[in-house]
Amino acid sequence: MALRHGRGVAAINYPTGMNLGGDPTQALVHSTPTGNFMVSLSSVDLGQGLKHIMAQLCAETIGVPTERVIVDTADTDTGPHCMGTFASRGTHRAGNAVIAASREARQVMLEVAATALEVNADDLDTDGQGNIHVKGAPSRAISIMDTALVAHFKQGRSISGRGIFLVPRSYPDAATGAMKPATCYAHACTVADVEVDDETGEVRVLAVKNVFEVGRALNPKIVEQQLVGGSWMGISHALYETTEPYYPSREHGPTDFNEYLMPGPGDLAQTETYVLERPAADGPYGAKGPGEMCANPQIPAIANAIFDAVGVRIDVMPITPERILKALLEKAAASPGAAS
Amino acid sequence: MAKVAIRFLLNGSEKAEFVESGTTLLDVLREKLADFSPKGGCLQGTCGACSVLVDGEIRLACLTLAETCEGCTIETAGGLAKDGVLHPLQIAFADGFATQCGFCTGGMIVASKALLDRNPAPSREDVIEAISGNVCRCTGYEPIIGAVLAAARANSTNKA
Ligand code: FES
Ligand code: FES
Repeated sequence: MALRHGRGVAAINYPTGMNLGGDPTQALVHSTPTGNFMVSLSSVDLGQGLKHIMAQLCAETIGVPTERVIVDTADTDTGPHCMGTFASRGTHRAGNAVIAASREARQVMLEVAATALEVNADDLDTDGQGNIHVKGAPSRAISIMDTALVAHFKQGRSISGRGIFLVPRSYPDAATGAMKPATCYAHACTVADVEVDDETGEVRVLAVKNVFEVGRALNPKIVEQQLVGGSWMGISHALYETTEPYYPSREHGPTDFNEYLMPGPGDLAQTETYVLERPAADGPYGAKGPGEMCANPQIPAIANAIFDAVGVRIDVMPITPERILKALLEKAAASPGAAS
Repeated sequence: MAKVAIRFLLNGSEKAEFVESGTTLLDVLREKLADFSPKGGCLQGTCGACSVLVDGEIRLACLTLAETCEGCTIETAGGLAKDGVLHPLQIAFADGFATQCGFCTGGMIVASKALLDRNPAPSREDVIEAISGNVCRCTGYEPIIGAVLAAARANSTNKA
């Protein structure tokens, strides 16, 4: 009877978005009279930072500082349609829609400025600080605030844009079953080190080292935050969480935080995360969906590490002490006399 | 049920209310006084989202009867910023990306303040112990631990 150490590795491909009937998201962008830009969405920010990312994408595309963009995700009754924030699709789907809407709004903005400056819109560029100038002649310029005022009060134009990103429904090929359920794929790899008590079946995750390939980290701190939290969730899925410990029976299902297990601050594994960027051709400035992917590779990596430690393969989650002990007993029964 | 009169100091200002006997402090703070920084996560003392300080001691507002707070001094995360200037813990949580959905944040900050008030230079283990009654579903705790340690460091350099 001893504490046994094991190491496991796992790598995953993770699809961005899902496509069971077409996967669209729409966005609308318009300028206020003062040259701020308003992004209307139905996509929800549930703490992952979607609003800030959408503001960055709009600002980058139109050519204004991020602080000049207001994102409203208020209401699915009134907002442009979105399938929802799930399947790691928010940044990719809503982001592409916001970029499309922002491009259209930018074009109108440049046309308004061109009329005001008596030049051709194709000859105009933005400085990213809130000004529009003639390419090669930075002094021939107008601020975006003045452009918005001119549009509203002199030219009678609405500086606005519409955007939709649609992944059409993909039907399975009748002969092969092949289909294209998702667009770009994010990738991840985890190495997990565990310690298994072969007397009690308890597992302690000592360390997880994760590499995540996310296309492009549009906001590196927000991405890191999501990856660190996700890595913890992956450990939780592997070893702790379930609503149905004896599935399909509902017996002993937890009903509150006393019974629903998650690792607490005292159970943290030493965690390292690295980000790789391989921009996706169809991603908003190359981004893929890091959302759910970040909580996946830890699970098979931990299962493999447990196998490495005590030689039993558990393929049911969560990997509880009970399941490990049962498997150890079965293994001992199958090879009597062999020292474990 | 009979109503009882209670008076206490909430984040420095005097409050007086009539409440049903048996009303929790959490209900009084949120429903009567519109301080939404303590959250009702479980209402049974297991998540810490409702944490507040009563006379400097950390308490779960969901399990505290309002009438037991007569004459007490109550602090919540909502009262930490003074004249628009954030408390060092709030700055550290923002700078350290220690909040995602934000549901646990008020309770985490109160638990951390209780720690720093009695131990201005905590170890990592002290921080873990101090927040171990608070559940966070988003961050994986690591950024929160980092933020509390950063706030402690910022406090000591400010005083030095
Ligand atoms: S609401 Fe009070 S501990 Fe959860
Ligand atoms: S930030 Fe969401 S629960 Fe902690």
